[in-house]
Formats: sequence, structure tokens, C-alpha cells
Amino acid sequence: MSDKPELKQKMAYHPLLLGGIALIAGALLVFADAGTRDQIVERQAEDLRASLTQVVQDKEHDNKLLEDTVVLHAPLEFCDYKTGITFYRARLQGKIVAVSYRVIAMGYSGAINIMMSVRRDGTIMGVRVISHAETPGLGDKIEAAKSDWVNHFSGMSLEKESPKQWAVKKDGGSLDQFSGATITPRAVVRAVHKGLLYFKAHRAEILGEATDG
Amino acid sequence: MADYRQIIRDGIWDNNVIFVQMLALCPLLAVTSTATNGLGMGMATTAVLLSSNIVVSALRDIISQEVRIPVFILLIATIVTLIDLGMNAYMHDLHKVLGLFIPLIVTNCVILARAESFASKQSLPAAALDGLMMGAGFTLALVLLGGVREIIGSGTLFANAALLLGSSFSFLDMRLLDHYRGFLLMILPSGGFLALGFLLAAKSWLDHRQADRAAALARSARVAAINAMDDEDDLAGGDRT
Repeated sequence: MSDKPELKQKMAYHPLLLGGIALIAGALLVFADAGTRDQIVERQAEDLRASLTQVVQDKEHDNKLLEDTVVLHAPLEFCDYKTGITFYRARLQGKIVAVSYRVIAMGYSGAINIMMSVRRDGTIMGVRVISHAETPGLGDKIEAAKSDWVNHFSGMSLEKESPKQWAVKKDGGSLDQFSGATITPRAVVRAVHKGLLYFKAHRAEILGEATDG
Repeated sequence: MADYRQIIRDGIWDNNVIFVQMLALCPLLAVTSTATNGLGMGMATTAVLLSSNIVVSALRDIISQEVRIPVFILLIATIVTLIDLGMNAYMHDLHKVLGLFIPLIVTNCVILARAESFASKQSLPAAALDGLMMGAGFTLALVLLGGVREIIGSGTLFANAALLLGSSFSFLDMRLLDHYRGFLLMILPSGGFLALGFLLAAKSWLDHRQADRAAALARSARVAAINAMDDEDDLAGGDRT
């Protein structure tokens, strides 16, 4: 029997224990991260590809959308312009026919992620809601699976529709609102309109053409 | 020596996380708009409970009393992050549905409660069984609640089950009520509270009925015993005369 305190009672034991476990946990996480990173990146690319094919049909282009991109850093409202906005360009026989990009609307309960594609002439090719947290049964009619509301965007442009028409009918525009949910469609319309204005303002950069040519 | 049967009973019924301890109601109400989501969340939570109970029980002799809480939290957070990464890589579709709630398992008070009150004091097999059974009880509650809300709310049961369990389980995906327009309230959080209330009432009723039966049984046994004694008295009296 010694009068030295038992190992567990020593002051240094506690920080060493905590530190040791933190070290082991950290090492485990590093390994797990390294082991799953490629898988996760691949899954996310698949998601992106899936959402792109919803707005640009396969027959409209013959290039790989994920590999033909241009990133712009000019701010677009509600979009994360710290990392830039990525434009995925669809080409048919080398010529750009349309570009797709993501815009964000602030809906009734948080961000609504929207993928939209615009033809070179500035008309909308397609709009799809990628993810949202709107009220099921009311605001979720923005999903293509629940209602064909988003298809009404196809063919719209800044030239054909006046700025006043870029709104829900309640606000004097040309798009339906849903009974019981006005905020959601209003936000989506606003975001798509802003996205189109952005395309118009930066058309030359997006299409990679010289402005003076 | 731990009583394994008691652990199983406690986990699934007598001390059910949801119906009796009423812990972890936040993830419960958030994910149970369908039975499939409930099952997925339940399985993820069970995996975390099982692993954290095993790890905590295995380390119980070296973990000192003073730093046990931060150590438990650290262990639980690590396990949850590992499961989150694994699900994101290998069960990506389900991860998209539950993704938001997986990191929240860290703060699920049940995990820490079992680590602190059970696993840190019990042998490894007992702790593992407790984790499994508590998780099973939690999953049962999630699936029950999800099922009730899904049937009433949208007329389906186990929608998108194939997403969770693979295409061989797509037979689970049922549309029970054709042309049913849905009852929105049940999908919304308020419907979750309502359904939970009714389920709690049902469990309480079942337990009461069982207790009443047991009491009635005991009473009749006592009456029979008294009658038997009376008979003996009669016999004895008969002998005397």
C-alpha cells in the first residue's frame, strides 16, 4: 500500500483521458472522411445530373453538362455568390443552345432550390424545384410531381412578358397562385424572374462570347 | 447479473423511450410524416444507441467520474458523424430524406441518458442488449406514429419503402385508400402531437386493462382460497359432529 493517490484520482488523468479519446475519435473521423469522400462527391454529382436532365432534355444537347461550366461571381440575390454561380452549358454540335443554373427563392419556410434553364435567345426552357420545405399539400404544388404549375414557366421570356406579368395573378401577373398558399409561388416567380434578368445582364460572359463581336 | 428479459421488456414496453420516458419527442414529431421515414430514423438511432452503449460500457472502467459527460458526448458525436458519412455515401437517397435529422441524433437525450444511467454501470452484453432494445422500442414508436399519420394524412403506408430497404421491399409500399385526397393536418406537426396523444392514451389503456385483469385474477384466486378454507372448516366441523 502506498500513500500515492490512485491513477484515476490524479489530476492529470482527466485531461489525458479526454485528450486521448478525442485523438482516437479524430483519427477515426479522418479515416472515415477519406474513405467516403469520393463516394459522396459521386452521389452529389449524380443528384446534380438528375436535376439538370429535368430542365434540359437529353435530346436537346450532345455534350456533358457537368463538364462545360462557367462560374460567375457577380451577385445574384439570395444566391451564394461567395462560391459563384455555376452555369451548365448545353451544346448541340458545339453551339450553346441553353444554359442551366440554380437560383434560390425564399419561401414560406426557408430556401427553395430551383434549377432553371434558359435558351440562348432568353426564353425559359424549363424550371424545376430541386428541394424545398414548404407546407405539404399547400405550397408543395411547386413540385413537378404534384402539379404542372412549374411547366408554365417554359417559353416565358423577358421580351414576351412585361415586368408586371412576372407575378402571380393575385398581384396582377400571369401565373396562378395556389389556394391557401401565395407566398410560395410568389417567391418562385420572383426568383425565376431575377434569374432571367441576371442571364440578360451577363449573357455574353455566360455564353462565352465577346461583347463586341 | 443483469436480468436480460427485464431489459428487453423495459426497452420495448415498460420503459419505452417515447411512450413512458417521453424523451426524444423532437425527432419523433419531425420525421414521422411517413412510416418509412420513421423506420429509417429508428434504425439510425438504434445503430447509434447500440454502438454508443457498447463503447461506453467497454470503457466504463477507465472513464473517470469527473470527465464522463464530455467523454460520452465526444463518443456519441463521433459515432453519429461516422453513421452520417456512411449513410451519405452508401444510402444517399435515404440520407436526402433524413439528412437533416441524423446530426441531431447527437443531441437526442436518449443516447446520453442510456450511456449515463445504464451502459456506464453494466456489463458489455447487458449494455449492448439495452441499446438494441431501447432502439427497438424507439423504432416501434416511430413506425407506429408514422404509420398512423401516413394512413390518415395521405392514405398510403410505407411509401418509398424501397428507397430505404432496397427494391426487394417495394411490396411494403401500399396505397390503402384510393382517390383519398389526404388530411393535411396529420402531416403537419400538429397532427404529430395529436397522433402521439392518442397513441399514449391507447398504451395507457392497454396497461390499465392488463393491471385490472391481474387484479381480478388475484382477487378470484383469493376468493377461491378463502372458499377452500371454508370448505376445510366445514369438513373439520363435520368431523367434530
